[in-house]
Amino acid sequence: MTAGARPPSKPPAIGPEQVLHVARLARLEIGPDELDRFTEQLASVLAYAAEINELDVDGLEPMSHPFPLHNVLRADEPAGSLDREEVLAQAPAAEDHRFLVPRILSEEG
Amino acid sequence: MSATAAELAATVRTGARRARDVVEESLAAIAAGDPEIHAFLEVLDDDARARADAIDRAVAAGEDPGPLAGVPVALKDNLCTRGVPTTCSSRILAGWRPPYDATVVERLGAAGAVVIGKTNMDEFAMGSSTENSCSGPTRNPHGHDRVPGGSSGGSAAAVAAGFVPLALGSDTGGSIRQPAAFCGVVGMKPTYGTVSRYGLVAFASSLDQIGPLTNSVADAALVLEVIGGHDRCDSTSLPQPAPEVVVAVERGVEGVRIGLVSELVDGLAPAVSGRVREAALALEAAGASVEEVSIPQFRYGLAAYYLIAPAEASSNLARFDGVRYGLRVDGPDVAAMNVASRTAGFGAEVKRRIMLGTYALSAGYYDAYYAKAQRVRTLVADGFAYAYSKFDALLGATTPTTAFALGEHTADPLSMYLSDVCTVPASLAGHPAISVPFGDDGAGLPVGVQAMTPALGEPMLFAVAGALERAAKADR
Repeated sequence: MTAGARPPSKPPAIGPEQVLHVARLARLEIGPDELDRFTEQLASVLAYAAEINELDVDGLEPMSHPFPLHNVLRADEPAGSLDREEVLAQAPAAEDHRFLVPRILSEEG
Repeated sequence: MSATAAELAATVRTGARRARDVVEESLAAIAAGDPEIHAFLEVLDDDARARADAIDRAVAAGEDPGPLAGVPVALKDNLCTRGVPTTCSSRILAGWRPPYDATVVERLGAAGAVVIGKTNMDEFAMGSSTENSCSGPTRNPHGHDRVPGGSSGGSAAAVAAGFVPLALGSDTGGSIRQPAAFCGVVGMKPTYGTVSRYGLVAFASSLDQIGPLTNSVADAALVLEVIGGHDRCDSTSLPQPAPEVVVAVERGVEGVRIGLVSELVDGLAPAVSGRVREAALALEAAGASVEEVSIPQFRYGLAAYYLIAPAEASSNLARFDGVRYGLRVDGPDVAAMNVASRTAGFGAEVKRRIMLGTYALSAGYYDAYYAKAQRVRTLVADGFAYAYSKFDALLGATTPTTAFALGEHTADPLSMYLSDVCTVPASLAGHPAISVPFGDDGAGLPVGVQAMTPALGEPMLFAVAGALERAAKADR
C-alpha cells in the first residue's frame, strides 16, 4: 500500500458567505430562511469528506474515469438527426426555428 | 406477477399465452396496488396494450418477437422515452417529452419487451430513499412505513410488489443495488461502459451505469445480454458485444476463490452481517473457497464519492437553465431567468449536491477536495487490484442496515449518505456488482448480499450470484 497516515491538515470550514458564493456560481438563489440549514448541512458533509486529508496520496495518479479514455473517432457519415420541430416544441419559448430567451445585454450595454 | 421474465417470454413466443393477457395482468396489479406503493409516476396503459397487440399479431404471423416477448418492463424516469414524459422526479423537467428513446429503451423494444410505465426516483438520482422526489415517496412493499431505498426505489418496489417482472434503474454509487437489497429483489450494476448511457439523464458521468432489477438472477442476466454491447452514440461505451452471462448462472462455484471483505461485514447491523456470513458458508458448501480479506482503502471510498459525484453533477446539471427544455421562470434578463428557473425547479438535495460540487471544484478548494478525491479513487482501485490478485470474486453486504423508516434520515443528509458505504467502492472502480436477496432480518425486512468481480468479470459475477440465489432458496 502506498498510502500512510499523516497528521490531518484540515481545510477551512464552510460558512454562510461561502455558501452564498457557491450558490451564485451555480446560479441558485438561497433565501435567508434556508441559509443556516444549508450551511450546517454542507459543513457536516465537508467535515466528513475531509477525512481523506488523513491520507498521503500525493504519489498516486488522479483517476477521473474507470478506463483510460482516448479520443474516440468514427467515420464521418451523414445520418439522420433529431427532428427540429419536435425539439423546439419542448422549449419554454421558441420563434423562427430558434430558442427564444430574454435579453442578454442590458439596454445601456 | 409471480412468473419470471424468461418464463413469460417463453409462453408468449410459443403462442401459449397472449402478450395482451400478460400486460393486462400487470396493469391490473398496478391499479390494485400502486395507489398505496406509488412506484409509478406514469402508467402507459394504452401504449402498452397497443404494443402487446402488435406482439401477438407478430406471433400469429409466425414471427419471433424476441427474448423478452410480451414482458412488461418499468423504466426509471431518468431514461428518455420518446414522446413520453421523462421528469427525473424533478419540477424542472415536469412535462418534458424527450424527442428520442434511450438506447436501452430501443434495445428492450427490439427484444419484444413492453414498456408499462416510468418509475419514481430520487430527484436526478440523488438520494438513497426515493424521498427526494417532487411527487412524494415510494413505499417499500415489505413494510409500508419503510423506504424502498434509492435512487431507483420506484423500479425496485415495482418488481418487489409484483407489478412487473423486470425494471431498469441506474446506479451511480449504489442506486440499483441498495434499493434491490431493501426491496428483496436482484439488482445488478454492470462494468462501466458495458451498457450505453445514451438517453440516460446524466448525474455523474464517470460513474453512471444502467442495469436491471428483477426477481431472479437469470432474468438479470437475460436483460444484460439485451441492453449491453457497444453503442456508437456513447463515446464511453466499450467497443465489444454484451457479455455472455445467461449460461454462467447455472455454472456453479466449484473451485472459485471468494474473498469476504471485512469492511463490508464488520460493524454493520447484526442481522445483515449474520446473513452475509451465512451466504459465505453457503458458497463454501457449494464448492468455493472463502477467506476473509481486509481492504482498508474502502474506508475512504464514501468520502471521495461524495466529492466526485457532486462535482460531476454540478457540471452536468448546468444544462438545466430554462432555455431548451423544462421549467422557465421569467426574469428581466437571461441570467436572472436562469437563476429563477433553477431556484424554483430543483429540490433541496439537488441544490445541496450542486453547491457541494461547485465548492469542491472552486478556486482555493479544488486541491484539498476534488483533486484529492480523485487520488483516493485510485487508492480504492488499488485496494481492489490487491484483493483480485488473490480472489476471483468478493462478497459483502449491499447495505449497512435493512430498509429504514420513511423520514428517518431526511433531516440529516450525511446520515443518508452513509447508506451507500458498501456499494460505493465498486462504483468508483467501475467494476460490476450485484445484490442478491438472502433471507430477512427476522422482522420481515429483506437482506441483500453483494457480489463483486473485476472489470468485465460479469460471467463470474453471475456464476456467484446464481449460487447465492440457489442457497437462499434452499434455506427457506
